Order: sequence, then structure tokens, then C-alpha cells
Amino acid sequence: MVYVVTEACVDVQDKSCMQECPADCIFEGGRMSYINPDLCIDCGACVTACPVDAVFYDAELPADQEPYLELNERFFAEVETPKSGRKAGKIFFDVDEIAALAPRGKA
Amino acid sequence: MSTTRVAVIGSGPSGAYTAQLLTEESESPVEVDVFDRLPTPFGLVRYGVAPDHPRVKSITTSFAEVFEDTPGLRFLGNVHVGADVSIDELRSHYDAVVFAHGAPLDRRLDVPGEELARVHAVREFVSWYQGHPDQSAEAFVLDGRRAVVVGVGNVALDAARMLVREIDDLRRTDIPEHIVDAFAASTFEEVVVIGRRGPGFAKFTNKEFIELLEVESTDIVIDPADLELDAAQQAHVDADPAARRLLTTFRKAADRGILGRPKSIRFLFDRTPIGFVGDDGTLSGIRLAKTSDPSTTEVLETQLALRSVGYLGKPLDGLPFDERTGTVPHLDSRVVDGEVVVPGVYVAGWIKRGPNGVVGTNRKCALETVTSVLEDVAAREHTSTASTAAEVDELLSSRGVDVVDWHGWRAIEEAEGATGASVGRERVKLHDRDEMLRVAAAHRSLVGAPGHG
Repeated sequence: MVYVVTEACVDVQDKSCMQECPADCIFEGGRMSYINPDLCIDCGACVTACPVDAVFYDAELPADQEPYLELNERFFAEVETPKSGRKAGKIFFDVDEIAALAPRGKA
Repeated sequence: MSTTRVAVIGSGPSGAYTAQLLTEESESPVEVDVFDRLPTPFGLVRYGVAPDHPRVKSITTSFAEVFEDTPGLRFLGNVHVGADVSIDELRSHYDAVVFAHGAPLDRRLDVPGEELARVHAVREFVSWYQGHPDQSAEAFVLDGRRAVVVGVGNVALDAARMLVREIDDLRRTDIPEHIVDAFAASTFEEVVVIGRRGPGFAKFTNKEFIELLEVESTDIVIDPADLELDAAQQAHVDADPAARRLLTTFRKAADRGILGRPKSIRFLFDRTPIGFVGDDGTLSGIRLAKTSDPSTTEVLETQLALRSVGYLGKPLDGLPFDERTGTVPHLDSRVVDGEVVVPGVYVAGWIKRGPNGVVGTNRKCALETVTSVLEDVAAREHTSTASTAAEVDELLSSRGVDVVDWHGWRAIEEAEGATGASVGRERVKLHDRDEMLRVAAAHRSLVGAPGHG
């Protein structure tokens, strides 16, 4: 069981969640942030920190956002990341499905 | 260059983050002494976060790394600030003092009968099953049939879940063996969770509720009529995504219905506790009024009542306090007395912002505090006036304080690992304070002088 960043984050990347994540498991990708499921400790700080309601517990994902469980996981399979999301800084990479999305208006 | 020395009071999440961020963010040398009244660090991560949430508890690993790896960062456990050493003394021995001692008191319902035996603050129950040294092993006997939990936050749900959890699940946690035995002997079949308002205003998180639905021994009982929201609830749910998510799960739970499982958790909404009734000084029932129609009252038979209506900060001698909010007044984390900033005194965590948020919330909160501390350090015109670490040790030792340092804590932790191994668990907490102190002292006599760091 883990938390998952979903579509609402794309081209928003507020990053409030990164300040509050005790496990430092949220990484800033090119167009959205991603939660490393191996590091997440299930605390939920990111859910309340997020101003655009983009973070869900996997068991509560809305049906149309379910693919994001795998997208978050795959980000970390495809790109080398250090242990700390805050130290990593911006990583100019997204999984294909996110990179292919049309640009979103700023929230 | 002069080294700044900071005392942090409390080693829970806000204290641990304050210590970590002070050492990480400062451009000049900083040493931090983290005090705790307990012999063990990590506060509510150890004694609050539910034992069946091991992943959340695992945050202690990264806190421990900070204590292990940061030169000049010390843990001074078993030191009672206010008794062993006064706040004024701390102020004179350190350049800055950060209070991060949390919210150790409880709000009361202020209704008749609250003093009856078996009416408790939920904290007492949580502390007991977590093996907190302030609660004796015998503090609770689970020999009733129905328990009530007043309140609809995460702590209320933790307590309710623990009362119905399968014993095999508890045997995978770190709670003391005699506590597991007490739960194994429990005769409680039903827990009633009481909310003053409707489900739209429930405060626990959807994740906690989803977990409750996954407890296999237990039916979740909700009156579907409660899920027809009135205008106030509807407006709240429309505005609050968390409430919306929670309501989806309430509907799922209601749809699942009653499956005839051996135990049940029943949600009773729109009820205000107006008193407790007892036999010979012991609880036998809770008197409830409908919140929406106070003339309608009922008495629900119960043998254990836990009030979970909020934690409160505790006033300390020498520290300003706002009785109304239960917090210490501050400006940008700098403690204020009236309108005047008290120099060198700061707050972080629940004593600063009240009891809310999860572990990570305290990181952001501590960062604000650390920013103010370091601004003041940079702005000061004199060099550090603090005592050295050795001078602080001398002071405490002259008062006969049996300080448990980081090595002492590691010895306690090792003993807990060994106890765990003997029953096939990763760790089993020591419950008794004297036993913890014995283990730490035995280690000290083995290695000689108290270690720093």
C-alpha cells in the first residue's frame, strides 16, 4: 500500500508535498512529481499538503487515475534516483504517458 | 568561530526534525542537545503511531541515522525539564531553547460521570497498549462487552481498531507480550464510535477507514440513513476533497452490509455525550442526546469509554501559555509573552500549532522554527554564551539525574530486539521505566564514562 501522485500534478508541481514528506520519497520529474513506492512509509502527509488534491492512497484511486499507480512505480525503474527526493532536485524525465500529454494550463 | 549551542525539549517528530534541520541548515557550527523526559527517543512515533502501522513507525530509522551521524548532536533522555532543570537554567546554559514537547494533556467532555472508573482519555488507552512507562501493565482489563469511543479522528479509529484486531496481527507488532495477552483475553464484541455531527464531518483519513474495512474479524455497521447528508454536511463535503473521499468509503461500507462477523464497529452519528452512568463508581452506560434534537436522549450500555476529543498542550513554569488553545503563543516560532518576544526561546510542533497533522507535517513546522533560530543567531552581535556539553553534563550529574544518552537508548533497543527474538518478533518494547534505566545503566558500566553523540 502506498500513496500515488496523479494527473492533477502535471504541469503544476507545487512541491509542497516534498517539504512535508518525512521519508523524502517524492521526486520532481519533468512535468509531475512521483512517489517512490519503495521509500513511501504510508503516512499521508502529502495528501493534505497538496493544493490540487493530486495524491491518493492506492486503495482509494479514482478509476480513471488507477494507471498512475504503475506510472509512479515505473518512473523509478526507468531513471536512476538517489535516496533523497529533496537532494535530487529536478529530474528532467517523465514516463512516456506523461511526456506525451498535451500541455496543461497552470492552476 | 563560536559554536552555537541549542537545547531542544522533546525528541518526537518536531524535536527530531528541529535538531536535524538546525544542523543541516546552519552555515556556522551548531551543537544540539535533545532532551526527553523519557529514557527513549521519538515521542509519539514510538508511543502514538499505531503498532500495526510499522511503515510509518519506520521513520525512526532516518531519525536514528541523524543522531548517529551528526557530530555535536546529543540525546539526553530521562531528563525532566521543569523538575531536574528549570527553563531559566536552560536559557542561561544555551544560546537558544526550542520547546517541542507536544501536547501531553487531554480535552475533557465536562459532563457528569466523567470521573467514573473505566472512563478514560484515549491517550491513556493508547499509551497502555503501546507500553508507555506512564501506564502500568494492569491499567486496563478488557472484560466488557461493548466499548465506546467518543470522537471521530484517527486516534479514535486506532483505538477502535486495536479493540477488534486479530491477535495474530498484534503478535506481529512491537507491543509488550503482556499487552497482547490482555487483548487475547478481551471479551469486547462491539465498539461504538460516536460522532457529534454527521459522517460528512468525520475527521479520520480515508486510508484509516479503508484499513478498518480490511480487518477480517469485524463488521462495520453504519446506518445508511446517516449517509443522506443535510445541507451543512453537503456543503462541507463539496468543499473538502478529504471528506469526499471518506464519504465514498462510508458508502462502500454501508453497501457491504453486515456479514455476521464475530466483532463489530458501529458508527453512531449526530450524538452528543451528556453524561456517564455508573454502578458503585464504575461505568455502566453513556447518556447521549441527538445533536440535531437534544430532547431525544438514550443510555447506551457500555463497560469502557474512551474520549478522543483532542489533545492539549501543558503549561510549563517559565513559559507563556494560551489556556484557550492549549499552545504557547509565538510569532514566527519565537515565543512571545504578551507582545514581547522572549529572547532565545522558540516552539515547534504541537505545542506551537496545536495537535494536528501527521509525522511529516512537523518537518515543515520545524523548518519554520529553525529558520527563525538561525536568523537570530546570524543577527546577534556577541559570540555564543552557552555552556559546554561537559558543563551541562556536570550540572545534570550534580542533581543526580540518571541521563540516558544515545548509547543508553541503543542498549534499550538491543534488549527490545532480544526480547522480540525470543518470541519470534522483530522487537518487543520494554514497558517498565526502571527496567529501561537498568538496561541503560548496565551498558554504561560496561563501556565506562557516558558517551557523547
